[in-house]
Amino acid sequence: MPINYEDNIYEVIRNRERCINCRVCERQCANLVHKYSAETGEMVSDSMTCVDCQRCVSLCPTKALKIIKNINTYRDNANWSESAIKSLYKQAESGGVLLSSMGTPEPYPVYWDKILINASQVTNPSIDPLREPMETRVSLSRRPQNVERDGEGNIVNTIKNALTLSVPIMFSAMSYGSISYNAHKSLAIAAKKLGIFYNTGEGGLHRDFYEYGANTIVQVASGRFGVYKDYLDAGAAVEIKMGQGAKPGIGGHLPGEKIVDDVSKTRMIPKGTDAISPAPHHDIYSIEDLRQLVFSLKEATNYTKPVIVKIAAVHNIAAIASGIARSGADIIAIDGFRGGTGAAPTRIRDNVGIPVELALACVDTRLREEGIRNDIALVVGGSIRNSADIVKAVALGADAVYIATGALLALGCHLCRSCHLGKCNWGIATQNPELVKRLNPETGSVRLINLVTAWKHEIEEMMGGMGINSIEALRGNRLMLRGIGLTNKELEILGIYHAGE
Amino acid sequence: MKKEGQIRIPSGCAISGIINKDGRRIDGSGISKSIAVMHDRSNGLGGGFAGYGIYPEYKDYYAFHIFFTDAEAKRQCETFIESHFDIINQSELPTKKIPEITDEPLIWRYFVTPRPAKLLESQLDEEEYTLRCVFVMNTRYSGVFVFSSGKNMGVFKAVGFPEDVARFYRLDEYAGYSWIAHGRYPTNTPGWWGGAHPFAILDFSVVHNGEISSYDANRRFIEMFGYKCTLQTDTEVITYIWDYLVRRKKLTLTEAAEVIAAPFWEKINAMPDKDRERLTYLRTAYPSLLVTGPFSIIVGFKGGLLALNDRLKLRSMVAAEKNQTVYIASEECAIREIESSFDKVWAPVGGEPVLVRLNGDLS
Amino acid sequence: MKKIYVQEEWCLKCRLCEYVCAYANSGCENIVFALKNRPISPRITVEDDGKICFAVSCRHCDDPSCLKGCISGAISKADGVVRIDKNKCVGCLTCVLSCPYGAISVGPEGTATKCELCIGNAGGTPMCVRFCPNRAIICE
Repeated sequence: MPINYEDNIYEVIRNRERCINCRVCERQCANLVHKYSAETGEMVSDSMTCVDCQRCVSLCPTKALKIIKNINTYRDNANWSESAIKSLYKQAESGGVLLSSMGTPEPYPVYWDKILINASQVTNPSIDPLREPMETRVSLSRRPQNVERDGEGNIVNTIKNALTLSVPIMFSAMSYGSISYNAHKSLAIAAKKLGIFYNTGEGGLHRDFYEYGANTIVQVASGRFGVYKDYLDAGAAVEIKMGQGAKPGIGGHLPGEKIVDDVSKTRMIPKGTDAISPAPHHDIYSIEDLRQLVFSLKEATNYTKPVIVKIAAVHNIAAIASGIARSGADIIAIDGFRGGTGAAPTRIRDNVGIPVELALACVDTRLREEGIRNDIALVVGGSIRNSADIVKAVALGADAVYIATGALLALGCHLCRSCHLGKCNWGIATQNPELVKRLNPETGSVRLINLVTAWKHEIEEMMGGMGINSIEALRGNRLMLRGIGLTNKELEILGIYHAGE
Repeated sequence: MKKEGQIRIPSGCAISGIINKDGRRIDGSGISKSIAVMHDRSNGLGGGFAGYGIYPEYKDYYAFHIFFTDAEAKRQCETFIESHFDIINQSELPTKKIPEITDEPLIWRYFVTPRPAKLLESQLDEEEYTLRCVFVMNTRYSGVFVFSSGKNMGVFKAVGFPEDVARFYRLDEYAGYSWIAHGRYPTNTPGWWGGAHPFAILDFSVVHNGEISSYDANRRFIEMFGYKCTLQTDTEVITYIWDYLVRRKKLTLTEAAEVIAAPFWEKINAMPDKDRERLTYLRTAYPSLLVTGPFSIIVGFKGGLLALNDRLKLRSMVAAEKNQTVYIASEECAIREIESSFDKVWAPVGGEPVLVRLNGDLS
Repeated sequence: MKKIYVQEEWCLKCRLCEYVCAYANSGCENIVFALKNRPISPRITVEDDGKICFAVSCRHCDDPSCLKGCISGAISKADGVVRIDKNKCVGCLTCVLSCPYGAISVGPEGTATKCELCIGNAGGTPMCVRFCPNRAIICE
């Protein structure tokens, strides 16, 4: 037998004093880490297969478990890090492309953390959101160039298909297939109750969820899975997915084992076949082709729904966004390179694309330079982690944000980044019925609602502090931001001053 | 130290306005007395006035009031004016040396009309052509600032207390049917006269009290459409918003007020269909022109005045009426100083504009 | 009075309910002392036939068979809760036999025990409801 180069990344530590052998950990681990030994009357753990999802830790009634990093140490090497070596071993063993899930864990700069928010002192009163009205409602749509009036001179409301959100947050695209039925249901219920939108992702829309259509964005991706007339008609908006922040330039691949009964029906592909989304849309090889698809979808939906074009944040994003703004699309969604994924080649996830903060700033600036920023709404996603990130995104110029990783965390995800293995112990990124049932949408949706409600309160507090009582007065209000520890170039791209200036 | 325009300076202020609906013209001494009462609301770092109907003999020509830092700036700017406009009259703006006002720049006045060939070539209407020329002068040439560019109206402003500014510009020698005034309390030394108020573009002039929290959202929006916020003041951006909505987008003044101080959604949703549709449209079409934070403004325009408070009414503003005259001021005392009894006095509700126009076409 | 319901759709058969029940009724303050190296006698048990699973505990029947059959008068029902007075219980186990749900068992002291909705314990929500990770046990 060849040498096994793999070693475990994590180690399960069991406090024998506290363990009562209840075997809850054993029953809850789909990776078969824990086992009861009848012989010794004790629990034993095999850390080799542990993915550090924390399910056992969370459910252990006596808090007898913890998972730590395996302290087995390779010789220190600043160039050849342990993870670099292990990745290499893995490929020498398998001959395959490395796969990863969720957003990149690499230590790239997080610009949100280098931006500070302003508050009023003396010259301008702060506003208490508990006493005064505070508005977080936003409308996403194209905005008209000219005011139209009827015969009597009254203004005609020509904006008929705006997406109206109670708070500038939407759940971004995660397909049914990559996440479970119950995860989708949780998102749908929460979106409806919150007055916001969730996004089907590219896997079609399960029949059961058509009732949430008024709060659903249906996605059309390069694989066109599950796209047909009823699907387009079901949603409140149609999103063309051109790219994804975690894997710009490549398509998607949902392995056959995840294409179970309902997933196959919803995607309209045979059971057990791999669902492969091509890297490009094969009817879009340039910007003028995109315009055709935008208008095809508008024709198909009788011009009743806004069309969103979602793109990954790449180097020439500003020019691309400018082209999209002129394509007839109503909304541009930009997905930053720290955004999540159900599965992506590791090297692409960790090396391709740019941070969403810079993408947002340069797109907003460019669209303003061209005088077309008001024509289109801008939504950004790709690692929005809290309400302060949202305030900063809006002040940089976003109309709203997309959250996905954050939403999954609310549903229990512990970011073990093993979605591609299909054995999600939290019932989120799996199609195994035994695991799927672990996510009760009744509790899941409540947690999502709690999260967005809490963020709404915090956004209101921060707006109030700045003396702003409506979110539209925050949008693009970059004077409310200051950079901290940023270079002149970074400040120039972000279009903000340094703290102290 | 940076001068105004290079940095943003928040200010507190006093404002006052008078209009005779019957078109009767009064000199600038009344408005000067009115604003002087609110002396403590300004700190001597800025004061100014705008009068409407003051140049009846040149009413068809744009009256440019321009600050020049030196003769070279003046020469360059005049070359530009001559190539784009026919100059009907040019002169130094009459002033009076007083110890309270110092460091004055060169202050000149030009009555002009666009050169027909240039106008035709530009494919713009006369007003847009003139506005763009004003922005060119204000941004291309250092040491040049066109601070008044309307017809039959003029702005007079300086660093100093407003009552001294009135004496400096000899406002008692002008007669207008409406006047607005401003006393400024900047939190920083402006460094020059450009940042004093009123702020004006074409026929619109604005005086403003408060610090708007939406400033950069408003500025970055309006700058998409050819406006240049060279002074980084709230009043400047508010002036451009009025010009954009009313002149460019052809909204009525009331509709423009509904954009700038839009009612809360909760209120809009409870309105009758017609109003709800209009306001929903306006808020959705021009979200970036909502102005938040405290403000009371008086907007002067050809043939009228409009006063508006922010929707929470975070700044004081009082209005009063006596016969054909309407008064608006930050404090009631400023009105009582010049009129002892009123037919009516009231505090306008936040977000609801007070619009006063001349009776008939008297402008 | 509220009752405990199970939603079998959401039962994960993790059996946490059994352990927290045993702890709640152990009288011990510390869960480890209460449960470690001891036989536990939970008043709720997870039934699992491989296809369907759910937790079973006393239904607090409208007309309880256990109460009718009790020879010592140890079982009573008040405010919708069926309770057993262990001081009166003689351990004949008639109740265990007569309960149609199998919800009564023999406790560590040889007397019959069953779910009493944690009313004698720390109060509020029954422990099995509080600790069910998937809202499969609810008290309404």
